[in-house]
Amino acid sequence: MLSVSWWLQLKARSRSTFDGVLTLIYPMFFSTTIFMMYSQGHASSSAMVATAIGASTMSIWSSVSTTAAMSMQAERRMGTLELLVLAPRPLALLLVPLIMSMATIGVYSMIVTLLWARYVFGIVIHIADPLSFLVSLVVLVLSIAILGVVIAAASVRYRGAWALGSTLEMPVWLICGFLVAISDLPSWVRPLSWALAPTWGMSAIRAASDGRSPWADLAICVGVGAVYAVIGSLLTQRIVHAARVHATLGLT
Amino acid sequence: MNSLRIFFLGGLTSYRALFNWLSPWILIPAFLFTPLFQILLFVYIGRDAGVSDDSFFLIGNSIVNAAVPCLFAMGNTIGGERTAGTLPLLISSPAKRLPLFLGRALPAVANGFLVAVFALAAGALVLRAPIPAATWGGLALAIAVSSISCTGLGLLNAAIALRVRETAVFSNILFGLIVVFAGVNVPIGEMPAWMGVVAKCLPLTNGIQASHVLAAGGSIRDIGGSLAAELVVGGSYALLGIALLRWLEWESRRKATLDTA
Repeated sequence: MLSVSWWLQLKARSRSTFDGVLTLIYPMFFSTTIFMMYSQGHASSSAMVATAIGASTMSIWSSVSTTAAMSMQAERRMGTLELLVLAPRPLALLLVPLIMSMATIGVYSMIVTLLWARYVFGIVIHIADPLSFLVSLVVLVLSIAILGVVIAAASVRYRGAWALGSTLEMPVWLICGFLVAISDLPSWVRPLSWALAPTWGMSAIRAASDGRSPWADLAICVGVGAVYAVIGSLLTQRIVHAARVHATLGLT
Repeated sequence: MNSLRIFFLGGLTSYRALFNWLSPWILIPAFLFTPLFQILLFVYIGRDAGVSDDSFFLIGNSIVNAAVPCLFAMGNTIGGERTAGTLPLLISSPAKRLPLFLGRALPAVANGFLVAVFALAAGALVLRAPIPAATWGGLALAIAVSSISCTGLGLLNAAIALRVRETAVFSNILFGLIVVFAGVNVPIGEMPAWMGVVAKCLPLTNGIQASHVLAAGGSIRDIGGSLAAELVVGGSYALLGIALLRWLEWESRRKATLDTA
């Protein structure tokens, strides 16, 4: 069910060329600006590689944040929300392939950004441990998708959910250490960073690219992601129950 | 008189009806939080990269957020009408097109101005980068001119919405181009020459430069040229937008494609 739904959603999201082009190039506007800033600061080659990796992974979160927040609203508009809720599977589980398809599109964007960094800015990306890097990337994508599920579940009753999703885009880039080290942020922000699974996924990716062990970070990332899964599951049960009791599923 | 009514009342009604931004659940995150987060993101990246100072990123990222209402709201003047099924009614009305569309631009200008001023004031407070009281008048003028100019590009965006269905997508692309080229986070002088040429053709570039001059202690007299250039850029886009609206409206009638973009 997960793989079939994921493939179906991926195909549905790939139908619009215009949307597809935007998904690929929108994060590149930000990554281009960021590459230009570090070039202006004459950053070392290792710093440029770290920037390229961070800027490219930003696009995975970009693909998920806004679209996840408005996904339930989109289902409602298409008249398919009731069908999803009535399906003989937990709603939270049905949301996973939906959000995973968004994160997968973010991976396309990540690859394009890495190629952009290589061929336009001349950043030669050397990954010390490619296998660990790949595992870390998969875990990061999953952790972002699970976070997306929580956001989708939390915004099911919120008509302006797109605004919430857009607003979350940059704070997560900042506090999860996609570009700036968490130690550079004010100390009160750090507990927030630690509570976000992508922080640990990014840390694992950086460790793998530098040749350090990413496994401890990955374990924490999986653990925090599991907590999100429980929260997402409980949240959807509660919301679906309330919507049925009040007969408000189709309303906002 | 009828044109004035269409300009003011039509513009306000369209703004209230189409954009769904009156809800604080949308307005606060979209117009107050997002600009602030963008400022913080680039301030921290700037510190990490060792370039410019906080006030450079504060000014650039505050003013560029005026583009959000100026581009998206203007794009929605057409896209939103199509979604609501009212585009044929609008186009078939005998109202003069100039007050009809410029009236819709006025609330977008005001919205863009307020978003940028809030971002600048709140950002200065959060970053403890105080802006001298004497500078605020000039900055407000530069932001107002930038908002007007950017709405000119928004008008062109609205015209394109007669042919392109995904107006929000197109607005995002325009916003991204401005972020890269308009000297928001990288000074124009640090860019390759060809990017500098592109920057001069975009709204906000001159407004942001003028604001930097003011923040560095310049007077309103020092920024007159930049603000005039900003108005010329915005005016050019507005004229192009109005011409394109006319042409695409005629094309849509001729081919009966108004609702099928």
